[in-house]
Amino acid sequence: MEASLERKYNFDVVRWFTVMAVVYLVVGAAVGVYIAAELAWPALNLDSPYLSFGRLRPLHTNAVIFAFGGCTLMATAFYTVQRTCGARLWSDKMAWFTFWGWNLVIVLAVITLPLGLTQSKEYAELEWPVDILIAVVWLSFTINFVMTIANRKSSHIYVSNWFFLGMMIMIVYLHVVNSLAIPVGLFKSYSIFSGVQDAMIQWWWGHNAVGFYLTAGFLGIMYYFVPKQAGRPIYSYRLSVIHFWALMFGYVWLGAHHLQYTALPDWTGSLGAAVSIAMIIPSWGGAVNGMMTLSGAWDRLRTDYVLRFLIIALAFYAMSTFEGPVMSLKTVNALSHYTDWTIGHVHSGALGWVAGISIGAIYHLMTRLYHTEMYSVRLINFHFWTATIGTVIYIVAMWVSGIMQGLMWRAYDEYGTLAYTFVESVDAMHPYYAMRTVGGAIFLLGAIVMLFNILMTVRKSLSEGSLSKARALPAAA
Amino acid sequence: MADKKTKPKSFQEWMEVNIWGLLIVTALVLSVGGLVEIVPLFYMKNTMEHNTYPEIVWDKAGKEPIVTVDEAGQQQWNWKTGEGMRPYTALELAGRDIYQREGCYLCHSQMIRPFRDERERYGHYSLASESMFDHPFQWGSKRTGPDLARVGGKYSDEWQRQHMRAPRSLVPESVMPGYPWLDENYLSGEKMQRHMRGMQTISVPYSDADIEAAPALVEGKTEMDALVTYMQVLGTMVALDESKTYRE
Repeated sequence: MEASLERKYNFDVVRWFTVMAVVYLVVGAAVGVYIAAELAWPALNLDSPYLSFGRLRPLHTNAVIFAFGGCTLMATAFYTVQRTCGARLWSDKMAWFTFWGWNLVIVLAVITLPLGLTQSKEYAELEWPVDILIAVVWLSFTINFVMTIANRKSSHIYVSNWFFLGMMIMIVYLHVVNSLAIPVGLFKSYSIFSGVQDAMIQWWWGHNAVGFYLTAGFLGIMYYFVPKQAGRPIYSYRLSVIHFWALMFGYVWLGAHHLQYTALPDWTGSLGAAVSIAMIIPSWGGAVNGMMTLSGAWDRLRTDYVLRFLIIALAFYAMSTFEGPVMSLKTVNALSHYTDWTIGHVHSGALGWVAGISIGAIYHLMTRLYHTEMYSVRLINFHFWTATIGTVIYIVAMWVSGIMQGLMWRAYDEYGTLAYTFVESVDAMHPYYAMRTVGGAIFLLGAIVMLFNILMTVRKSLSEGSLSKARALPAAA
Repeated sequence: MADKKTKPKSFQEWMEVNIWGLLIVTALVLSVGGLVEIVPLFYMKNTMEHNTYPEIVWDKAGKEPIVTVDEAGQQQWNWKTGEGMRPYTALELAGRDIYQREGCYLCHSQMIRPFRDERERYGHYSLASESMFDHPFQWGSKRTGPDLARVGGKYSDEWQRQHMRAPRSLVPESVMPGYPWLDENYLSGEKMQRHMRGMQTISVPYSDADIEAAPALVEGKTEMDALVTYMQVLGTMVALDESKTYRE
């Protein structure tokens, strides 16, 4: 049954995106571990411009968000839209254009960022020629996706596709507006906005890169892969409708909470915080919707390695979407802003939620795309524990260091003078920066094991000839 | 194609069977938050403090050159420290370009919040008008190192140079990378003129004389000179009055 789908659908492009996603997971995490080590042991900067923290950090964020996250989204969106619409991708050529174009963007990022070619807006560092390429490739992805839905054989558009669609539209808005710049050289430009307006636009982009790219898109993954893997329908249709519209309307407002107590007018920050708090409700609704899909089949968590990744990811999703609104409150933000707490929060979302749901979806995809069992289930279990333990160590280290930093900066002694110099707070961070590096390295180890397992599975499939057998079957009706 | 036999029972269902409807409604819903939060910032007068306190901005910006260099190589400054916000000189802008290139904003903020401890550590809270010529803004989001919004004048030029070359030679606990290559690279006057003309087209008030003066200002200067000059001007443009409430 599965096999006969090979002719009906375009799975080739999905296969390539899937494997590349895992390659980029390893690359992005490796750069992350290296820069984490630089903060613990600054000699690792080696006095080299190409290895210095300030140039590699954007490489890390771009690699994990756009290379790993992007390839995962493109693999899963192209897979889900074909399966749920019962239709082949609208254009095979355009899909391959998306694949090669996106990988070209990634290669250009790997070259330009260490050279210091940057717009210096977080997660939007790439210079204007690359920005134009991103816009073109992203539109090709979006158009192909929408046209496939327009050609669908099913009557209703499945909920996963709503989320993917919302992400695609929002990223077009964000990328275009935030990247508006005046070129002054082939790889140098200045944002057309300045100061406070530029700050608001940047964090409107910054938070929605999280809210749409890293949340809505990955919720699209959740809504297809959790029910599929569990073999039962999504817990509540009504909850999905509420989750979707509340997320689409609400998330857009949150960016302002990144600028509490800054020179941004108070009304904007307060508005951002108020909506942030309200967002706990739909976010938890979504998390409950995913988890309760397993209701009555909880025992599967003991045996099903894919479900385990998907469900732990939802637990991290629930945790991060509670933590985020709390941090947006002015009193908490006064302490947490500018500290490592923010970094910890981001990674509980990125490692726990985004990577977790992606890894689960990728293991699910591998068996279906290569028509064989995974090379080693033991290695997947090993990966599960390294990913979870690495993430927890990372987050705990950043919570402690972040809160400690915030408290040290505002501490006064009995004479009413500041208790600590700034550099004393830097010194106090050292053990936690080392601990964070260890957590990240454990996570990276798991990712390397995953890549090995994936490549061995591809090899197994090729030597068994399962893919060519599947291709030879007559097309499904 | 969608099954048209049964009529959709609700607006929600209509969207679920009509991709173009879903696309348009989603696109509209997505646009609201950004429009409400961003557009007013360009129009509301109280966003920028200089609308209430015009003395924050140098009144000759764009009309007279900030600084010129005479034939003997002597700099003639029309603007004096504390006279108000003005665009960066060619040398300062070159320094700012390097600040961006090296990703300094990833570890240093330039935005002091209105708290007692920040005031004592860094100085008066930052105003929106103080970054009005910053394309893009450099407020930052993380303080792995201290805030730099008012670092100008706090350390000597020589301290700054040594600290950039080898931070731990001055501050043993520092985790900052060293930037020894900044001493080896020289600036280009032609390039800085191009950058300033770009700024001019997005209405940063540079006079043509400012752009003409660029090569003479940066000639023979290293990237280190530029970055230190930029550091030293940060927070020194406006002389803030402690008795005034610039922001509610």
